[in-house]
Amino acid sequence: MAKSLTLLTLGRSALLFLALLIFPVLLSSPAQAETPTKLYGVITNSEGEPLSDIGISILGPDGFSSQAATNEQGLWEVPILSKGSYSITINVDDLPEGQALTNPDKGTVKANVFMLGVDLRILFPIGPGVVQSSLLERSAQLTLDGILLGLVIALAALGLSLIFGTTGLTNFAHGEILTLAGLLTYYLSAIVGLPVLAAAPLAVLLGALISGFLQDKYLWKPLRRRGTGLIAMLVISIGLAIFLRYFFLFIFGGDTRQLPQYAGQAGIELGLLSFTPKSILTTVIGILLILGATLWLLRTRMGKASRAVADNPALASASGIDVQKVIRAVWILGATLASYAGVVVTINQGVSFLMGQDMLLLIFAAVTLGGLGTANGALVGSLIIGLFVQLSTLFIPTELKYVGALIVLILILIIRPQGILGKKERIG
Amino acid sequence: MDFLFITQQTLSATIGVNTIIFALAAIGLNMHFGYTGLLNFGQAGFLAIGAYSVAVPVISFGLPLWVAFLIGIFNSVIFALLLGVPTLRLRADYLAIVTIAAAEIVRQIARSATFNSTLGGSDGITGKFGADFFALNPFKSGIDTPILRFNANDLWVVITGWSLVAFIVFIMWVMVNSPWGRLMRAIREDEDAVRSLGKNVYLYKMQSLIIGGVIGTCGGFVYALSRQSVQPDNYGTALTFFAYTVLILGGAARVFSPVIGAMIFWFLIVFIEQVLRQGVSNNLIPDWLIGANQVSQIRFMLMGLGLMLLMIYRPQGIFGDRKELALDAKA
Amino acid sequence: MQRHSGSGSDFVEVTAQTPGSAKPDPILIADHITRTFGGLTAVNVAHLEIQRGSITALIGPNGAGKTTFFNLLTGYDSPNSGSWSFNEIALNGIPPHKVARLGMVRTFQLTKALYRLTVLENMALGARGQKGESLFTSLFPWLWRAQEKEITEKALSILTNFKLIEKKDDFAAALSGGQRKLLEMARALMVEPEMVMLDEPMAGVNPALKQSLLEHIKDLRNEGKTVLFVEHDMDMVREISDWVVVMSQGEVIAEGTPTSVMKNEQVIEAYLGAHHDVDLSAEGKK
Repeated sequence: MAKSLTLLTLGRSALLFLALLIFPVLLSSPAQAETPTKLYGVITNSEGEPLSDIGISILGPDGFSSQAATNEQGLWEVPILSKGSYSITINVDDLPEGQALTNPDKGTVKANVFMLGVDLRILFPIGPGVVQSSLLERSAQLTLDGILLGLVIALAALGLSLIFGTTGLTNFAHGEILTLAGLLTYYLSAIVGLPVLAAAPLAVLLGALISGFLQDKYLWKPLRRRGTGLIAMLVISIGLAIFLRYFFLFIFGGDTRQLPQYAGQAGIELGLLSFTPKSILTTVIGILLILGATLWLLRTRMGKASRAVADNPALASASGIDVQKVIRAVWILGATLASYAGVVVTINQGVSFLMGQDMLLLIFAAVTLGGLGTANGALVGSLIIGLFVQLSTLFIPTELKYVGALIVLILILIIRPQGILGKKERIG
Repeated sequence: MDFLFITQQTLSATIGVNTIIFALAAIGLNMHFGYTGLLNFGQAGFLAIGAYSVAVPVISFGLPLWVAFLIGIFNSVIFALLLGVPTLRLRADYLAIVTIAAAEIVRQIARSATFNSTLGGSDGITGKFGADFFALNPFKSGIDTPILRFNANDLWVVITGWSLVAFIVFIMWVMVNSPWGRLMRAIREDEDAVRSLGKNVYLYKMQSLIIGGVIGTCGGFVYALSRQSVQPDNYGTALTFFAYTVLILGGAARVFSPVIGAMIFWFLIVFIEQVLRQGVSNNLIPDWLIGANQVSQIRFMLMGLGLMLLMIYRPQGIFGDRKELALDAKA
Repeated sequence: MQRHSGSGSDFVEVTAQTPGSAKPDPILIADHITRTFGGLTAVNVAHLEIQRGSITALIGPNGAGKTTFFNLLTGYDSPNSGSWSFNEIALNGIPPHKVARLGMVRTFQLTKALYRLTVLENMALGARGQKGESLFTSLFPWLWRAQEKEITEKALSILTNFKLIEKKDDFAAALSGGQRKLLEMARALMVEPEMVMLDEPMAGVNPALKQSLLEHIKDLRNEGKTVLFVEHDMDMVREISDWVVVMSQGEVIAEGTPTSVMKNEQVIEAYLGAHHDVDLSAEGKK
């Protein structure tokens, strides 16, 4: 049985079949750390009811080998005698009809026993049996997911890129704009009690005010006045990011929390694809926001001025453009877009204090990929990163999907150092 | 409040294991950033490579510890080459983004279940991989005085660690005061100008990246050995940022600044933490304001705030007064 | 027409005053060099030769592609097509530091003094073949001290000549704009170049220092070095150059002695035609 599972995964990586989740739980008190020690677990079905007569086999150091089966309470246990690494395999053929491992790759779990006397609990999460969807279906769904992720990244990246373009600031605290908006949405809906449809726009407005207007007015503008260098400003943004992150943790705690409404929305099937109404709505609004921002850049006086400032601040200033005002507008626009990105993530996946930090690297990757400081580049880069992150899970383990995206970033920089749409700098 | 205890804890931390680790990380960054102007935001990756390189060969492959050190340095050089080849020809901000990404790649691979069997997954590796090192410990017992307290193993780590720091600082001092160091500082100022004088800037930047990275890796050795354990999440971007804080505290581009910076950093951290803890446990600070497990969060908030204020008001570091060494002298 | 003594300027007698004319003893030859940015052709030089031992000025209205051409010749940028050689060594794909080692050393329009290095350190950096610049040798000071002493002496003598000797221990950041230009030129001499390429050496230099800079440039020729410089100051061009090359819209439109070139219809037109540009970009230019 274990063999067929191995075959399933061979195509992915030579190491994969060895490696698996472990959930060691310390049970006995340290004072009585003595043998005997056991490996044990409780196997339940997707409803949480215990499953009996499920076979478990264990291989261990020095040729150790043992078999067990679950009892009426779903419990199995195997006493072990020596330290070392054990591999525990569930006999999936024993599972009743309609029940399967939630992750079919995890039929074998590896556990390291460092200390005797500490029992180890082994988990085999079981859910309703899922029919493996076809490669085409998975690709189509992942493409859709990738576009959605790309959109969220693009919303954040556009602001980051515009701010970089006009002020030269590489803002490491940009992710915290997302977190703030997400937390505000949570606060307004779960604590104040507003419906999400009211809380979300309010959170975006507050985000634009706090993260855009106030942040620039009271932090960055005075620093520009002082003539603070670019690297110093970058370090200041790191300090700000650390401060805000732990401030959010202090206030909000470390959990990921879901909004009271729309948390578990049922998906709508459409051909190969499945998506939730909330993801459609947030996506449509997101696309409209990006279109709006693009029109602002291309059509309005202020937008054109912002491109002039990005191109050459001294020249723009000399031709009568109020550079500080343009920068303020860019900050507000950037904060609005990023706040909305935070709201989208919160509605679709919930919010935690680390949300912004987790997104920041992808945002950086997108902006760098497209070419630092170019708005179109940020959009293209975001889409590529979003698609790549999702589609790469067809070939690499899901937990490594960000690694794949970051490696692609590095590879593209080798081939095209200025990014996909960036232009080379003039020297001299 | 038990002021004696606070003093003992604070002073022990000021010259303790963490100070050594951060001093080494920051000495490496000083080579990169202070002397060459390279914005390496992946220093945590170099430390992680050091830490895993002592743990994995000993635990998983049964190699002796000294071989593991060599493997660590080798891996560190390879990592620096991988980072440097694509990015050292690019603008400084590209290096920053690529290095921060690369360090995250290292951490995520290390903590992934995919490589659980060798790298230990998100739980990392715990085991007696430092046995060879602690076997050499001449101290049978630690010290416990009113102002300093170390157990026997920590005492051994602290003494060998500071010897390593002293040796590296000495080598750095010789190097930065040579024509090589002058060339590095010139690259920091303007690499195109240095190129126009016939110097192979790319090669020198690579040397800087490797040397600073290997010093960071030594910090990773100390990190892993002192705890006899490696936890992947200790090597996140926060570690790099705190190493920068240490560097800027002491004032970049001076040989001793990372050491001084690390001492001030840990002095402040442990002092604030101990005072807050005592305040909370003696009910001097009300529970609704700061809970017992929120002390470390306050500590991090103060760190972030401190880094901002330092950079705004004293970019040359606490003791720096030479305007020309201020980080923002160059716009 | 102003004439100079010495061999450097004799070639003007035998050289045709047409774009791309052949020189009797060219040190630098460029062929079909083009460089485009987006759809814009910044440089399109069909043929150009620079006479060894001469002072040649490269002039043209703003945006004519002079600095881009400089960047291409010195390896700071790569052309879309074309080839060029220095002392009969092809320079295609040669990186800037190797170009400098071959003996072609440049300065920059925006002075690149190394601000947080002292004037003397700036100078010492220019010296070639320093043992102490190798990673391993740097660890053993007794291996490089003697050479360092020689370098310092040479630097001090050049600084004396450039009247920067009092500033030797000051940081370059403390110098005036003109002094930085002088320092950059002095530093280039530490490399012992055969050809010096100066990008707007007079920009932002006060009149008192200007005269001294001019003398130094003439001295370079007297020492047998070749000078190619980009300049907007026509008085300076007229005073020191043996030969003038005029670029407009990326192309070489005229060549010849200063007096003849400045009478050239095409040149006048190029300048007047682009005149509204001149004022605008002089300020805001990077």
